[in-house]
Amino acid sequence: MSVKKIYLDNNSTTPCDPRVVEAMLPYFNDYFGNAASRSHPFGWQAEEGVDYGREQIAKLINVDPKEIIITSGATEADNLALKGVYEMYKRKGNHIITLQTEHKAVLDSCKKLEKMGADVTYLSVQRDGILDLAELEAAITDKTILVSIMWANNETGVIQPMKEIGEICAKHGVLFMSDATQAVGKIPVDPKATGVHLMAFTAHKMYGPKGVGALFVNRKNPRVKVTAQLDGGGHERGMRSGTLNVPGIVGFGTAAELARLEMDKDAERLSKLRDKLEKGLMDNLEEVYINGNVEHRMPHVTNLSFKHVEGEGLMMTFNQNIAVSSGSACTSASLEPSYVLMALGLGDDLAHSSIRFSLGRFTTEEEVDLAIDALTKGVNHMRDLSPIWEMYKEGVDLESVEWTEH
Amino acid sequence: MAYSEKVLEHFKHPKNVGTLDKTKKTVGTGLVGAPECGDVMRLQIEVDESSQTIKDAKFKTFGCGSAIASSSLATEWLKGKSIEDAMKIDNMDIVEELALPPVKIHCSVLAEDAIKSAIKDYKTKNDLAD
Repeated sequence: MSVKKIYLDNNSTTPCDPRVVEAMLPYFNDYFGNAASRSHPFGWQAEEGVDYGREQIAKLINVDPKEIIITSGATEADNLALKGVYEMYKRKGNHIITLQTEHKAVLDSCKKLEKMGADVTYLSVQRDGILDLAELEAAITDKTILVSIMWANNETGVIQPMKEIGEICAKHGVLFMSDATQAVGKIPVDPKATGVHLMAFTAHKMYGPKGVGALFVNRKNPRVKVTAQLDGGGHERGMRSGTLNVPGIVGFGTAAELARLEMDKDAERLSKLRDKLEKGLMDNLEEVYINGNVEHRMPHVTNLSFKHVEGEGLMMTFNQNIAVSSGSACTSASLEPSYVLMALGLGDDLAHSSIRFSLGRFTTEEEVDLAIDALTKGVNHMRDLSPIWEMYKEGVDLESVEWTEH
Repeated sequence: MAYSEKVLEHFKHPKNVGTLDKTKKTVGTGLVGAPECGDVMRLQIEVDESSQTIKDAKFKTFGCGSAIASSSLATEWLKGKSIEDAMKIDNMDIVEELALPPVKIHCSVLAEDAIKSAIKDYKTKNDLAD
């Protein structure tokens, strides 16, 4: 018997929309040329596909196509923005401000820059995952060249007050960069109106193909430049060398256009389904907590902790047919629970008990119903097995138990 | 990461889940691990006093699939064993039986600790030398 597989892990990656695949196909053989070949029609056709894709991508975020630097994905775009800005502007100062809850592509790039002489401030967030604006402003010094704050968090879906951050950066004349991987294509994102000067995002989180992303780099007021991190043919206005991924860019463009046209409808439908999922689980089960701010968050995401149940074990009860992800340590090689949830001030125990659900364009109501059912059964199974659930039910104060940490 | 068939089987149909009366003199209880670490195991044995063999074993575990499988397997192995033989159960035996990957070896260590801790509790209650 084959069981229906349910995918609720769209923050990890999304399936390609069939309309995206269709748009890409001719660029694998009919128009296979190198977009940099200026001297024959094969090159011209490929270039046309790239130009159109770039326009579609730019239109989604309301910027000029010339401000879009194509990369291999958001990780590369984050690396290019941080390292490229540091190299370009380090004579002006060596201080960078970011958040403890950023994606590893940002955090690890910052770690690398520290080795190269940068001074990095990793701001903490409040209990709801949102940064403290006053703390940000207080952290800015005359050596600060860049503030890097993610638009929406991958684990919790929490959205930062981007406009207010943009105003603070403008007031102090500091560049503002954002990893907007989880936000672009899902909610309205307009970097120029928000005061964002550099912004990383990627196709595969918005129903486009893997292996293609972009960095928006503001061209006017201020004119921002980044030092290239790859040497070669000087593509992408000298900021990112390498033959362009023509089918990828065409697919990215189509995905961007579909997102622009369908975003509102998708968001409205998915937030209802997300709320249904949350309510269903909270009605069926005791001791379920939502992690992160519930007003300022992505419409398709919820991160829940099921107290006294270990996340990976819980996933094992249904992961033959339902895909979600967990902040449990057991899902990572390091045995440390999610640093994002820890930064929210969750105890280790709640971090270990967390599950992230991220719905997507192809999620149906029937799937959400099945997930509520499977999760309820799974949590009950795990609680029947859990000594700390039993102790909690008997009224034992778990804080007073002397645990043998290992 | 894929789980071995044996881990899956113990996880789906755990053996000997439950609670023994910890106030009984013949019952030894071991509670090891910590919620902060993502693993807590409670393993209990009931000893037949005349033969000094383990006549029953129960567990409850908060943890990942491998931790649950390790404790389920441990209770299976304990039943019918003498205290002396139970002390000889080594975590690597569990690793081998369940084909645990290196990242899950700590689960087997915890199970061994739980066994030793339950036996220690029984011995303390009955004034038996370690």
